[in-house]
Amino acid sequence: MSLMRQYKFEIGCLVALVLAFTMTQMGLNRFVFFAGFAVLQYAMIATAWNILGGYAGYINFGTAGFLGIGSYTAIALINYSDASIVEQIIAGGVVAGLLGLGIGYFTLRLKGVYFAIATLALAIVVETIVNNWDFVGGAAGVSILPARNPELLGVLVVHKKLGVFSNYKEFLFFLMAALTIMSVWIARTIEKGKLGRGLNAIKDNEEAAECMGVPTLKLKLITTTISGGLMGMAGAVFPSYLTFVDPPTAFNLEFAVNSLAMPMIGGTFTWLGPILGAVLLGTVQQVAIVTISSELNLLILGLLLVIFVIAAPHGFLGWFMKKNKR
Amino acid sequence: MSEVLLNIENVTKTFGGFTALSKVSAAVKKGERFGLIGPNGSGKTTLINCISGMLQNNGGSIIFDGKDLKGLQPHQRTKRGIARTFQIPRPFHSMTVIQNLQIPLEFVSSSGTSQKNISEEAMSILEVMSMEDKAHHETSGLTQIELRKLELARAIAVKPKLLVSDEAMAGLTGNEVDEVLEILVKLNEDGMTIIMIEHIMRAVMQFSHRIICLDAGQKIADGLPEVIVKDPAVERAYLGV
Amino acid sequence: MIAELFVNALISGLLLGGFYAAISIGLSISFGLLDTVNIAHPTFLVLGAFLAYILNSEAGMDPLLAGVLMTPLFFLLGLFIYSVYYQFFEKTSAEALRGLAFFFGILFITEVVMIMAFGVDHRMVSAPYANGSLGGSILGMELSVPYRMLSVFVVASIMTLGLHLFFSRTFFGRASRAVHQDMLALSLMGVDPIRVKRIAFAIALATCGVGGALMIIMIPIEPAVGRLYIGNVFAIVVLGGLGSISGTLIAAVLLGVAESVVSTFLGPSWSPAVSFGILLGVLALKPSGMFGVGDTR
Ligand SMILES: Nc1ncnc2c1ncn2[C@@H]1O[C@H](COP(=O)(O)OP(=O)(O)O)[C@@H](O)[C@H]1O
Ligand SMILES: [Mg+2]
Repeated sequence: MSLMRQYKFEIGCLVALVLAFTMTQMGLNRFVFFAGFAVLQYAMIATAWNILGGYAGYINFGTAGFLGIGSYTAIALINYSDASIVEQIIAGGVVAGLLGLGIGYFTLRLKGVYFAIATLALAIVVETIVNNWDFVGGAAGVSILPARNPELLGVLVVHKKLGVFSNYKEFLFFLMAALTIMSVWIARTIEKGKLGRGLNAIKDNEEAAECMGVPTLKLKLITTTISGGLMGMAGAVFPSYLTFVDPPTAFNLEFAVNSLAMPMIGGTFTWLGPILGAVLLGTVQQVAIVTISSELNLLILGLLLVIFVIAAPHGFLGWFMKKNKR
Repeated sequence: MSEVLLNIENVTKTFGGFTALSKVSAAVKKGERFGLIGPNGSGKTTLINCISGMLQNNGGSIIFDGKDLKGLQPHQRTKRGIARTFQIPRPFHSMTVIQNLQIPLEFVSSSGTSQKNISEEAMSILEVMSMEDKAHHETSGLTQIELRKLELARAIAVKPKLLVSDEAMAGLTGNEVDEVLEILVKLNEDGMTIIMIEHIMRAVMQFSHRIICLDAGQKIADGLPEVIVKDPAVERAYLGV
Repeated sequence: MIAELFVNALISGLLLGGFYAAISIGLSISFGLLDTVNIAHPTFLVLGAFLAYILNSEAGMDPLLAGVLMTPLFFLLGLFIYSVYYQFFEKTSAEALRGLAFFFGILFITEVVMIMAFGVDHRMVSAPYANGSLGGSILGMELSVPYRMLSVFVVASIMTLGLHLFFSRTFFGRASRAVHQDMLALSLMGVDPIRVKRIAFAIALATCGVGGALMIIMIPIEPAVGRLYIGNVFAIVVLGGLGSISGTLIAAVLLGVAESVVSTFLGPSWSPAVSFGILLGVLALKPSGMFGVGDTR
């Protein structure tokens, strides 16, 4: 019993994974998986963003750049080879992780506002390069044909009758669920550990942290690499999900706004915040896109961000905890 | 003669065209209580920044415990035994008082200490500071003296060989100054070498074994407290004559 | 041949630089002098451009006249935004980053509202001075300058120089500079620093009236185009030295020439990489950072 309490979180992760798998086996409407995928992807991106933004206090405006580079790494791999989706995800994670390592070195000279602007600049530079790179479709974009009857480790993954999943959307949904759970687990592990405590000290006062023995650069490099890598992994699944990608889609500023707004709305100081924000905002957006219009949905997103930074600086969780304290 | 712990040789620091420190030399012995005085803007904090590694000096060398510190990051210098406080307290404001101490304890102490040991150790440092009742308070509610003591406590948590205290007593009342002095003397008696930067003359004079005085980035005096007070150069620097 | 291309690129780069100065000057005031990171500034310029477009296409008004008429509106908008910003961020000394997130949200909202109101198509205006070009041959080189760029350059220069004079010669201008350096001295002089800041911010935003008009004379506009200018304006303001209006002018011309040359020789699709690349370079070489000056905000 105490063992169960000790591993409450891990058990929760497992349950969530099993639940996601069960959902794919119930023959639900495809839209469930389409929308579910989007919400999960948001949750993963927001979680990745928060590792750097929430724990270490470095605001990344370049989420779209990391996501886009993950997507385009996957596209380049698809064009070059018959790499499986898992290989695409790993490659996307590695390339975006390296880009993350790069912005980690930015932090040596750039703090606060300057760092944020530099990440935005980086995203646009990457987008411009992709725009001019014809091999991956350039400005015109590129269509992706999902592999027919893909196998992983000898198991037929997607097949109408014989596969583990009966269609591709179900498979991608499950994959995204697994990736999201992994990200949340990583975020929580960082938060509860020495790395998280060091990052918090950096966020509060970087110079004092350094003088108190915290190897600030090393911790920041680890963090930017992990955060960027996770965003790249989320991006690598994108081409298979959309089947058509062009730079404006892959590098959409909306990702930057969402990845920032979700943790801020949920609460940036704990792993639960980004999830909460993603589920709230993600669901609202998915519903709004269908029922109202996609522009109005973006307007809601912008308004919520502004309202929350003004009225609830510590997000939903912060507001909730303060209320309970009283 | 006891051996030298910190040897500052011809240290120079410029900001653009402005020379904040010019060829400053000083030797601090093991176990010494060393006073550093000088008017505002004379370069005291800059010297501390060069020692702690927040700034890299342009010229000269700083030898600590027999090793040149050149190129070492601040946290590496901290691990070698140099701790400092900041003139304007810089607490980790999202943490409680005891969590503030846990950062240096966790990052500097040899790895392998458990969280439990760390909080016990943090508590005992707070007891030295007679702040144990504030352990679980947010730093935002602390008074000026408490912030100063937290700044000191956090530096002590590093278990340094050399503690550099940058105006730890500015803005405190007479009694509070005595309280901080008492803590510093006790630490020194337990073997810690201490450099004290201070404007409150009574405190430096009473505390220091030896004092140097900076003016406009240059060392203008170096000697025993009773000699320093009478030094005409020091008097000129302070009175601005 | 190459020389001819190059000289042409140089001339249009210079003219482009004038335009860049006009769209950066507002940020130079709000970011450089007031420390307010209005990342939404370029998006407000686009808003100005759309309003000029509406007045031009619906009422046949001259776009520059429209720009001048909109100036008070943007001024009022500036007063309002700064009041909100001051109330919730500056006064409570919240982290600069929350203020940045605030402006990021404003950027996004403004952009979405424009998409809803005007759609995503590119728009342009017609004006007599926007057609044709001035051409001639000098030293055997065929040079040509579109009137469109020339007229934008002239108006932009007048506006920039005017603001430069205003901020360097008037009492209010000097007070706005002092806000940056010495709030205390100001209050001792009986000047309310908050009021100075609010008005200076409003002036910064007011430049989006004429600036927006210049923008739509210069290039076709769609709601999201503002983002692309974030790189330009921040590169210029940081490169020019925060708070220096004359520095902003010089940096704008440098960037204009660099972009124009790259655009001529590599193709226009590379030009965003120029400004953002320069911005990255400038930020990376800026003498500050953790172990330098405490310029960490
Ligand atoms: N990072 C810096 N950049 C530029 N000038 C600095 C910097 N740090 C200190 N100075 C200048 O160096 C001089 C010495 O400052 P400081 O060491 O803080 O003096 P003190 O601590 O003795 O009052 C001052 O004139 C100060 O303005
Ligand atoms: Mg000082």
